[in-house]
Amino acid sequence: MFNSMDIDAGLDDEVLALFGEASVKRQATIDGITTFWVKKEHIVTVLEHLKSQVANPYSMLYDLSAVDERNRANKAGLNGSVPPDFTIVYHLLSFGRNAFIRLKVALHGEYPTMPSICTLWKNADWYEREVFDMFGIRFEGHPHLRRILMPLTWKGHPLRKEHPARATEMGPFRLWDEKQHEEQEALQFNPEDWGLKRHSADSDFMFLNLGPQHPGTHGVLRIILQLDGEDIVDAVPDIGFHHRGAEKMGERQSWHTYIPYTDRIDYLGGVMNNLAYLLAVEKLAGIQVPPRVEVIRVMLCELFRIASHLVWYGTFAQDLGQLSPVFYMFTDREKIFDIIEAVCGARMHPNWFRIGGVAQDLPIGWDKLVADFVAYFPKRLREYDQMVMRNSIFRARTVGIGVYTLEEAIEWGVTGPGLRACGFEWDFRKKQPYSGYQNFDFDIPTEQNGDCFDRAKIRVEEMRQSLRIIDQCVRNMPEGPYKSDHPLTTPPIKKNTMQDIETLITHFLNVSWGPVIPSGEAMSCIEATKGANSYYLTSDGSTSAYRVRIRTPSFPHMQMLPYISKGYTVADLLSILGSIDYVLADIDR
Amino acid sequence: MNEVFKYILMIVILLFTLTSIAAWLIWLERRLLALWQDRYGPNRAGPFGLLIVAADTIKLFFKEDWIPPFAEKAIFVIAPAIVAAAVLLSFVVVPFAPGILVSDLNVGLLFFLAMSSLGVYSIVLGGWASNNKYSLLGALRGASQMISYEVFMGLSLMGVVMLSGSFRLTDIVMAQTDLWFVVTQPVGFVLFLTAGIAETHRLPFDIPEAESELVAGFHSEYSGMKFGMFFIGEYLGIILISAMVVTIFFGGWLGPVLPPLVWFVLKTFVFIVLFILLRASLPRPRYDQLMEYGWKFILPVALLNLLVTGAFALM
Repeated sequence: MFNSMDIDAGLDDEVLALFGEASVKRQATIDGITTFWVKKEHIVTVLEHLKSQVANPYSMLYDLSAVDERNRANKAGLNGSVPPDFTIVYHLLSFGRNAFIRLKVALHGEYPTMPSICTLWKNADWYEREVFDMFGIRFEGHPHLRRILMPLTWKGHPLRKEHPARATEMGPFRLWDEKQHEEQEALQFNPEDWGLKRHSADSDFMFLNLGPQHPGTHGVLRIILQLDGEDIVDAVPDIGFHHRGAEKMGERQSWHTYIPYTDRIDYLGGVMNNLAYLLAVEKLAGIQVPPRVEVIRVMLCELFRIASHLVWYGTFAQDLGQLSPVFYMFTDREKIFDIIEAVCGARMHPNWFRIGGVAQDLPIGWDKLVADFVAYFPKRLREYDQMVMRNSIFRARTVGIGVYTLEEAIEWGVTGPGLRACGFEWDFRKKQPYSGYQNFDFDIPTEQNGDCFDRAKIRVEEMRQSLRIIDQCVRNMPEGPYKSDHPLTTPPIKKNTMQDIETLITHFLNVSWGPVIPSGEAMSCIEATKGANSYYLTSDGSTSAYRVRIRTPSFPHMQMLPYISKGYTVADLLSILGSIDYVLADIDR
Repeated sequence: MNEVFKYILMIVILLFTLTSIAAWLIWLERRLLALWQDRYGPNRAGPFGLLIVAADTIKLFFKEDWIPPFAEKAIFVIAPAIVAAAVLLSFVVVPFAPGILVSDLNVGLLFFLAMSSLGVYSIVLGGWASNNKYSLLGALRGASQMISYEVFMGLSLMGVVMLSGSFRLTDIVMAQTDLWFVVTQPVGFVLFLTAGIAETHRLPFDIPEAESELVAGFHSEYSGMKFGMFFIGEYLGIILISAMVVTIFFGGWLGPVLPPLVWFVLKTFVFIVLFILLRASLPRPRYDQLMEYGWKFILPVALLNLLVTGAFALM
């Protein structure tokens, strides 16, 4: 756990003094993140102040989301005498303080409005569009406020509490002729709708629709390219094709049964998604997991980090026309999956971590499997260096392409390897260690140029570092239980269940209804395969979450695409896309 | 009468052999790629999966031959025929062995250069006639690629012409009785091979096709046997370039013990495998990088090579 209470206390006074008790109010939260309620009319000033006026400013807009508070049973803790109907939540990150700050704005009314902060942070654009799409809250002053994840023809705003959460609540689906006609009308391409011009002073532009079915986009991503010859004048990503309502599902699944859904957010990250979710749940529940659980979790997460980077490595080379590496890398990934399968019984989506532990203890012989891989893999990595990273054509295609500076990266909310490629040593495993990462010895690779090649180099080096961590896990796996002895551990430890009626009842309730997590809110933050991944959970003291907010790294990264691809060619766009390393499910959720 | 009959027979045999070899090359390429990429490749139909070729051919013949309604119909249909025809015509001058060739033209080398350059028309026309943006980009790239390699393709061969004193391919082969031109013209060989790969549009120079960028580039809209023509054209091109490399730089049919034709086939086969190996190992440059490379680096080198060769020839 990180703690920066002393700096925060200073900030607390500073903010309060500046804006007065009437407009800024502090809320205590269980995750220890400084939380203020701010009056709507002051929010822009407060944000501006925090971004540029304070010492060690909060320079990154880490997340922006909302909560529909209208169905809250437990309204205590919500600001003011009149409980809000909606809350807008801003999460800012200060690198200097190594701390988050959470600002909340209470909104009243059915369809309230908010001032837009697009001028303050560039990446606020998509976040505000998402809040509008999901809640119907309008942002005044937003340059292009329209739906982002849902189809343009969608009726209603899904994350509002009155919107049905199941298809069965919506009545049978019918596609009448008129409806089909309307849907097809909505698909008509009009450059103006996307904020694109058809001509410039000296040329007519060509619009190229890249995707959603395209071999280079790695999933259902659509990019509208405005081209002058083969030069990109502008690129507009159209996302949402992979949207499955993961956040909404969190509101109807129990805390326990939501775990498999998290596997499918960054579907290459496997159990690492479980970890991000469970860290937040465990904060709410106040569970400390035993050391063996921490090390098992770290080991599996790092194996998945390598697996994910291998997919990226192979497909990146393939995007640049190199056909063979992807086969070698998938073969190696298969070796990782053999280990994962031996431990978890499944490959890509093991659904293996549990509230307060992991599903089962490690199988007999696991250490030999892992040790064999640790011994085998470095030689392969050296081979790949020769084949891909040192290839001169590969270099010609990646060096100096898709460059951004550190300031731009922070402005756009870039985390993970993309941030480290700009020369900034920032890794949540080191800076805000979770799950016992502070006990491991590993380095954070950084590069200086922030181009496609450097981003690639970072990931390659990260695989070596992950291997070091895995090696330490094998050598130092602590003995002990694989689940914590806590009433909210799910499924509970069974040893006393048949001995006394109290334990039997708790066990029965936890297994059938699922655990009741105490009311409150908590955010976790992990260094996932693609950047910082967070679950911001709001509990209303019931068997399922009141609100699940998933902050994924790919979302802001994709938002940056137009900015970094302008002026390059279509061929370069593929290098840039590959070097971002996104997963569509991670963007759309 | 007898003479005419002999020519016709030769042409028929050549056509039949070349197209079947080109078809089997598809199998060979898939198996070799699979071998190098740690997988199996086609191994089900027939022994070693050899019958996959028959299955593929039958499939291509029976596929719906679709012409997009928005395409420029006549040109769309002609385009794939151009590439196959141009490449097949080039084979007219290839001396497979003494006596086994269709025509021993005294301008054989020029005829080959002329015919093989025509192939690019099918890309430009096919891409344009498809009326599809991806195809159009592919066609544009094809055209820009052509002006990058054509400049040095002919130049790289002029050294050989100087040394042998003839454009006739049989003369060029016979001039290598003592020493292969690859020894005296190593630069010319490398340049010609590079240009040859670019001409066949194979990786690393498959820029007009660029699967990960342009889906299928210039032939995105083609299906059935029209696509098959492009496909066969590509493999015929590989055979052609390999055969020409062997003829011009590696002594053609010349070699001890084995019959001349066997030598020719063996040498050609080596280069065909080299083509496939290149595809398995190299990424693809950007088209402007290829242009820059062609004009700013290879062209001066080719000219220099010519200059030096000329000086030696004069001495």
